[in-house]
Amino acid sequence: MNAANRATVLELQGVHKLFGDNHVLKGVDLEIASHEVVVVIGASGSGKSTLMRTINLIERVDDGRILLSGDDITDPAVDVDKVRARIGVVFQHFNLFPHMRVIDNVTLAARKVHGIAPDVARDRAIGLLEKFGLGEKVDDYPDRLSGGQQQRVAIVRAIMTDPELLLLDEITSALDPMLVGEVLDLVRDLKAQGSTMLMATHEMSFARSVADRIVFMHSGRPLEVGTPEQIFGDPQQPETREFLARVTHR
Amino acid sequence: MEAWQPSELELDRRLQRRRASRRSVLVALVSTVAFAAVAAWLVVSSPDWESVRNTFFNLEIAKDSFPKILEGLWLNIRVLFFATIVVAVVATLLATMRSLRGPVFFPLRALATGYTDLFRGLPVLIVLYLVGFGIPGLNTEVRIPVAVLGTIAISLCYSAYVAEVLRAGMEAVHPSQRIAARSLGLSHAQTLRMVVIPQALRKVVPALMNDFVSMQKDVGLISVLGAVDAVRAAQIVQQQTYNFTPYVVAGLLFVAMSFPMIRLTDAVSARMAKREQQGGTV
Repeated sequence: MNAANRATVLELQGVHKLFGDNHVLKGVDLEIASHEVVVVIGASGSGKSTLMRTINLIERVDDGRILLSGDDITDPAVDVDKVRARIGVVFQHFNLFPHMRVIDNVTLAARKVHGIAPDVARDRAIGLLEKFGLGEKVDDYPDRLSGGQQQRVAIVRAIMTDPELLLLDEITSALDPMLVGEVLDLVRDLKAQGSTMLMATHEMSFARSVADRIVFMHSGRPLEVGTPEQIFGDPQQPETREFLARVTHR
Repeated sequence: MEAWQPSELELDRRLQRRRASRRSVLVALVSTVAFAAVAAWLVVSSPDWESVRNTFFNLEIAKDSFPKILEGLWLNIRVLFFATIVVAVVATLLATMRSLRGPVFFPLRALATGYTDLFRGLPVLIVLYLVGFGIPGLNTEVRIPVAVLGTIAISLCYSAYVAEVLRAGMEAVHPSQRIAARSLGLSHAQTLRMVVIPQALRKVVPALMNDFVSMQKDVGLISVLGAVDAVRAAQIVQQQTYNFTPYVVAGLLFVAMSFPMIRLTDAVSARMAKREQQGGTV
């Protein structure tokens, strides 16, 4: 894949983030091209989740810039709600709204943020839910669904308004091993459709098969970046080798 | 495959449980009746029971005063109706103000905190006097009906209580819900309205209903301002007859009025507890 001649969707320039004395992100540079799938790996505490949260403006960066399709979203004058509406996020713990039916969870942003007519939003939502095998759950409340089904609904909620970028933050970490597959299959479908994704995961074999590029985060920095073949087959940094040996050890 | 039938073992256990529960119902029934009988006998056999019965449980006076007290109760119900609306609006505003973050909102937050601190501490009776006699004193040309002043005073007090209940509910909604909503692009206000408050309300329904029951009887306090409600109507009859039966009648009417709500509160709480415990035996 040649990412160079595609438009850049996301660009991080020297992003820092501190929580008190805890320097979590120490100058992160990263570019994601349109239709590219970038997978972030690394130990717990390496800054993966914080990275996701700064991009979504849940955390404010302490230095550097983040550009979304060329717009500086770290500019204080920027309307954060408008930026967030352009990015789809899927969380580790699904975070569906328990008081809303599946259909209302999925169409909420379309109706209330993007001003799409309710019946149009409903038709589109039902189409997506049926496509991903959730057609019978449309009118159920989230607590009637299995974890895998809830996470698939959460993904549909995130892609409902065609975001420019999808952030997937360890979306299978809270799932029963039996249910991981159905969620990852959905992500594969999204990749096939050309979604641009940044994904943090502990599923190494999945990372290897779905990623265009792998970013290995180590103590707040992307220590090594490369194709899956290169990172998994011929890691250059000793920290990368050590991490991979630990996570792939049976 | 054959349909499952309970085994002898299970049938025997069910029989034992049924016997045990029948026995405890019987014990409870007998002890309640016995206690009530003893209590009644103690009261009735006291030397001056006759005069107490005449003063507090006089059927003739009860019958005579009933229509007037009922008419008074209608005023209580109207006050309760309007106070409930005012409390709902003001309490939601206060709870929202207290939940605002950031230094910009400090004045609003401080105002809401001060309000709830003040009105939760003040006795309702004192607020009634201050509002009921203080506000009309500001301008003696305009006459505000005392029932309206009473409604204002009750609303002031209960808004503070209900605001705290709502705030507790809003804080009980997990922050990840707020993050999920904001990540979809919803504004702070939209997140509160569509995600936080609906979930907060579900969590505090029993507490809110309890406050409502409490307010149902506290509307009887407006009688101190001279509004002719159920309590005041009873007092008028009492002053004419020197008999306290009208108070008992008014009291029973208040109990009757709150009864459906009390039972409903119990039912709602039980249902929520059942859902959370998922049918365990403990």
